[in-house]
Amino acid sequence: MTKKASWNLPYFIFLMIFVALPLVLILIYALQDGQGHFTLSTITRFFSDGDSLATFALSLEIAIETTILCILIGYPAAWILAGRSFNKSAVTAALFILPMWVNALMRTLATAELFNMLGIGLGKGTLLCGMVYDYLPFMIYPIYVSLSKMDKSYADVAEDLGATPFQVFFKVTLPLSKPAIWSGILMVFMPTVSTFAISEFLTNNKIKLFGTIIQENINSSMWNYGAALSLLMLVIICLTKVLSEDEKVAV
Amino acid sequence: MKKLLCKTYLAILLLLLYAPIIFIGVFSFTESKVLGNWTGFSTELYENLFFEAGSGNGLLRAIENTFIIALAAAFASTILGTVAAMGLKNLKGYKRRAMQFMNNIPMINPDIITGVSLFLLFLFLHVTQGYVSVILAHITFCTPYVVLSVMPQLIQMEPNTYEVALDLGARPSQALWKVVIPQLKGGMISGFILAFTMSLDDFAVTFFTRGTIGLETLSTYIYADARKGGLTPELRPLMTLIFLVVLILLLVRNIRINRNTTKAKA
Repeated sequence: MTKKASWNLPYFIFLMIFVALPLVLILIYALQDGQGHFTLSTITRFFSDGDSLATFALSLEIAIETTILCILIGYPAAWILAGRSFNKSAVTAALFILPMWVNALMRTLATAELFNMLGIGLGKGTLLCGMVYDYLPFMIYPIYVSLSKMDKSYADVAEDLGATPFQVFFKVTLPLSKPAIWSGILMVFMPTVSTFAISEFLTNNKIKLFGTIIQENINSSMWNYGAALSLLMLVIICLTKVLSEDEKVAV
Repeated sequence: MKKLLCKTYLAILLLLLYAPIIFIGVFSFTESKVLGNWTGFSTELYENLFFEAGSGNGLLRAIENTFIIALAAAFASTILGTVAAMGLKNLKGYKRRAMQFMNNIPMINPDIITGVSLFLLFLFLHVTQGYVSVILAHITFCTPYVVLSVMPQLIQMEPNTYEVALDLGARPSQALWKVVIPQLKGGMISGFILAFTMSLDDFAVTFFTRGTIGLETLSTYIYADARKGGLTPELRPLMTLIFLVVLILLLVRNIRINRNTTKAKA
């Protein structure tokens, strides 16, 4: 033990067993039938099953809509919070981030109950509202951090050079905060596209999302099909991640 | 005018964000079994929560499990994560990138993927799923955050601190406990708190790795309860209390930071 590099060994072994191997197992289980023989039938089954495909498309749609709504609602909030004209009280900013620390299931149930009491029927509309409500803080937070750290002199210079406030925002501030928007997109899109339980509560089990199908298959011991669906989800996640990295670098 | 508009926007947003929580809080002070039905002021639900919950409905048991799992996972991941960060700091080139890449995976993976993949691992290794598998799973997704919390302080630390302590006659254990660890304490504590709250909050990973022995944490209890139709009324005061504790902690922390920055300016 002369070099501290050997301190890596325990965590390396841990990562291999609990991170790498499980992901390989998703692949292995996904490509096997119940008897342990290699097959592609799990994958083809998904692409020939209309219901699964429809659920998959709906999950993507809901996740994209939630993400867009979060940007549209969250960006102005983050902008005001970080703005110069606003009395920069850390407490107000903290109030927006606080809901992140309360159990998501609890918040979701409270939202669903509130809709119930107000007599609003649970369905796609309430699902979207609830998801935006759940994940809005995750969009506001990175944008707020980026905007409050941003060097204000860029905006000042643009203004001095004759840009209208409108131009300053769209040509200077917005492009500079693009990496933060992508962080927000990752933090909202990934959990919403993979969500389960939350969607059940917000729609009273009327709408099933992709996460729910994975859970149902795993829980009813259909491990191979469950793994195949997880593999598909993993592909979506990887694509999102790669895309967002490209966008971040492109700034 | 513009300022007023901005403030109104924030106020409306905050009101909407907090409406469900306030709603739960208000209705924690009435006895009605159905949420949204006011049957007069009462603190009975709070009394039930503290004095009777354990007997009938297993809520107290679930709370207990949640805290045991969170403490164990946070403790283990703080140790593992600190050791990992110390090792990682001395790595270079592709080895370092590989470790960092692996460390990032549990943070990027959605809960459901972490849950399913670990479920398959325990299935594959024929490990009976229960307390141990849940704690191992929680360590898996908590440790990366500890590594990231400890790393900045490790980088700030004088690179040869450990060797200098050895040269000055400290035994390796002394150099570690008396010299290195005290300098990392801040990062380790914030890592521990982060790991603890992540574990408390978790639903999906616990759900997939808890097996069939009937282990319930707060999240899985709420899930099962809500699926049965109708939330146990005692959950209302519990949610209110948890929320208040978090709110107070956060406000105290922020006020202290504010005061310190004002002091620094003065």
